[in-house]
Amino acid sequence: MEAITKEDKKVITGAEATILSLLAEGTDMVFGYPGGAIMPIYDALYGYQKELRHILTRHEQGAIHAAQGFARISGRPGVVFATSGPGATNLITGLADAKIDSTPLVCITGQVASTLLGTDAFQETDIISLSMQATKWNIQITKAEDIPQAIAKAFYIATSGRPGPVLIDITKDAQFASLNYEYKKCTGFRSYNPKPAIDIEKVKQAAELINKAKKPYVLFGQGVILANAEKELATFVEKTGIPAAWTLLGLSALPTDHPLNVGMLGMHGNYGPNKLTNECDVLIAVGMRFDDRVTGDLKRYAKQAKVIHLEIDPAEIDKNVKAEVAILGDAKASLKLLIEHCHANEHTEWLEEFEKLSAIEYDKVIASELNPTKPGLTMGEVIRRANEHTNGDAVVVTDVGQHQMVACRYAKFNNSKSNITSGGLGTMGFCLPAALGAKLAAPEKEVIAVIGDGGFQMTIQELGTIFQTRAAVKIIILNNEFLGMVRQWQQLFFDKRYSSTELVNPDFVAIAKGFGIEASSVSDRENLDQSIQQMFDHDGPYLLEVMVEKEDNVFPMVPSGASVEDIRLE
Amino acid sequence: MKQIFTIVIFTENKIGLVNRITSLFTQRHINIESITASESEYSGIHRFTIVIEETHDLTVKVVKQIEKQVEVLKAFCFTDQETVYSEIALYKIQLTPDTDKEALMEMVRKNDAFVKELVGDFIIIEKTGKKQETHALFEALSPFGIQGFVRSGRVSLSKTYSTFSKHLQDLEAHSKDTIIIS
Repeated sequence: MEAITKEDKKVITGAEATILSLLAEGTDMVFGYPGGAIMPIYDALYGYQKELRHILTRHEQGAIHAAQGFARISGRPGVVFATSGPGATNLITGLADAKIDSTPLVCITGQVASTLLGTDAFQETDIISLSMQATKWNIQITKAEDIPQAIAKAFYIATSGRPGPVLIDITKDAQFASLNYEYKKCTGFRSYNPKPAIDIEKVKQAAELINKAKKPYVLFGQGVILANAEKELATFVEKTGIPAAWTLLGLSALPTDHPLNVGMLGMHGNYGPNKLTNECDVLIAVGMRFDDRVTGDLKRYAKQAKVIHLEIDPAEIDKNVKAEVAILGDAKASLKLLIEHCHANEHTEWLEEFEKLSAIEYDKVIASELNPTKPGLTMGEVIRRANEHTNGDAVVVTDVGQHQMVACRYAKFNNSKSNITSGGLGTMGFCLPAALGAKLAAPEKEVIAVIGDGGFQMTIQELGTIFQTRAAVKIIILNNEFLGMVRQWQQLFFDKRYSSTELVNPDFVAIAKGFGIEASSVSDRENLDQSIQQMFDHDGPYLLEVMVEKEDNVFPMVPSGASVEDIRLE
Repeated sequence: MKQIFTIVIFTENKIGLVNRITSLFTQRHINIESITASESEYSGIHRFTIVIEETHDLTVKVVKQIEKQVEVLKAFCFTDQETVYSEIALYKIQLTPDTDKEALMEMVRKNDAFVKELVGDFIIIEKTGKKQETHALFEALSPFGIQGFVRSGRVSLSKTYSTFSKHLQDLEAHSKDTIIIS
């Protein structure tokens, strides 16, 4: 690409300026789907195919979830193109997912010509209003000369502070019109303050609480990963000897086998981490937002503890759980300061309490899940077998439901940014395209898509994109012929009235093969290991359907509205 | 306990920002009693004045959520005791041969209102004040037959020293302008 400087302005179209602006931000891959109102941009893209690889998905929802997978594994913003009207509205689920899970995305939608705005023109929809709630920021551009600045601002907003999705809607006439192109990277503007200065007094107050604590407890979330603060988190817990538990999105920020990693929080998290939330004396929340799936009943959540909250988003502080000390700022910078001010310590007896409860959970839940003696396959044993093959170095992408909870509970992780799942929004259909995006962003990594038979069919068309790109995603369908999590709730809380949860499924192997993807199915323990081996050995994408026990439940479980201390093991 | 709060928001002049702000109230089922948008004392900066009835705790949470929106510069919330505020009401009354004009004018004077305009058979009365006051006049004018009534949203200024100007300076200092890349 030609370097563009202030002295070297050139007259180009808005469409070409869009492409050059993306390149100026370091974009090398874009996920999208063409259509009438974005055709000038696609035409400009034709001239930059070497610099900017376009992944043609089979649906705009697939494009945006793929961009999310790309962003989550790489830490770089995912870029999406879609046309106006249905193309744009098909992005909404992905935008909402990325907003709640703080994933940086820059979405560019085509729009009808500015003269037609508001006339109910063909494929016109007011995507600015529609996407308002689901974006961190959005803007409609009607003049070509505004394109570079809007894109610069979009990248800055998407990636700074608490990251999130942004959308730029560009009218077709603005794409066709000419401008004097120059690109200035955005480094800040007055009505947006993504980097709050850390108040050192708060750090000192927090350190004092931590230094005096007998039973301190760290809860970490995705804020650690988004701030690239994994090392600081490890150093902090190692220096202070504090046990640490993770939220669904914090998973993989601390290696699974780290001695202070005590496990998963929340509704289907581990026994000890939930129970002991109500026994710790100081609770240190790092880059997490006390989601209701983590806290259960707030009135009975950590009431005995003094809460320290390290958080970049001021609106999250005191939103659900009142903080004794709130440190507003980036997790990396905050942890660095906290490490300096905290004494080296050990909490052996306190850690033993986690171990005791972990042993109980192992006996009652984990042993039979990972090494079952009954004939039917469990989801847990499939994950255990996969762990044996990958040894914790794979990226595990999950959908939503029982298989997601099981995979997150049992998958082993050595490296950060290796767990990709739809946490806050719980979007079924997320996994397959997200795994595709992750694999394209990091082809050197083994990417496993663990999906239920329900969610798989929500974005099944992306098998076509996997075939076309030859992205070597390893797809494991944990097939229980049910919408398993809903069925579990129906069993436990709705008197076994299985309303619309049983699935009569098509032949997934035949479907995969129809898409040119190698596939097999396994339903017995004897052949499980070999099937998994075959999947990993295969050069290219592969789909493995595992028929699992139909009516297994995921435990432990904090029933909806119950306290974390009321976690059930059966 | 719920009480009246006046939320004052300073923003950039951006199309659609009002939707982004009001949807935060919608999401939490908070009814907006009134909303007023206008220029502020700072060139290019808009001021929204939103009145709600809510608990202090929830109001503070929503104010934080408003303030984190991109292009919102600052949001404040005040109780009625902390601000000087006012609304404008207009009343349209038809004059007929039966209208007791003297009594009507007396009512207007007594309520610190005035006749804005006489249009044909109608008079338009204007009254500035708090909601209770404009409402009291509404009640008082009812026997004369009110043909039209409208009340504006609240405008309000805090009784305390404004910290916004200092805040704006800080914001402008921390955000350097854009740089050229090559």
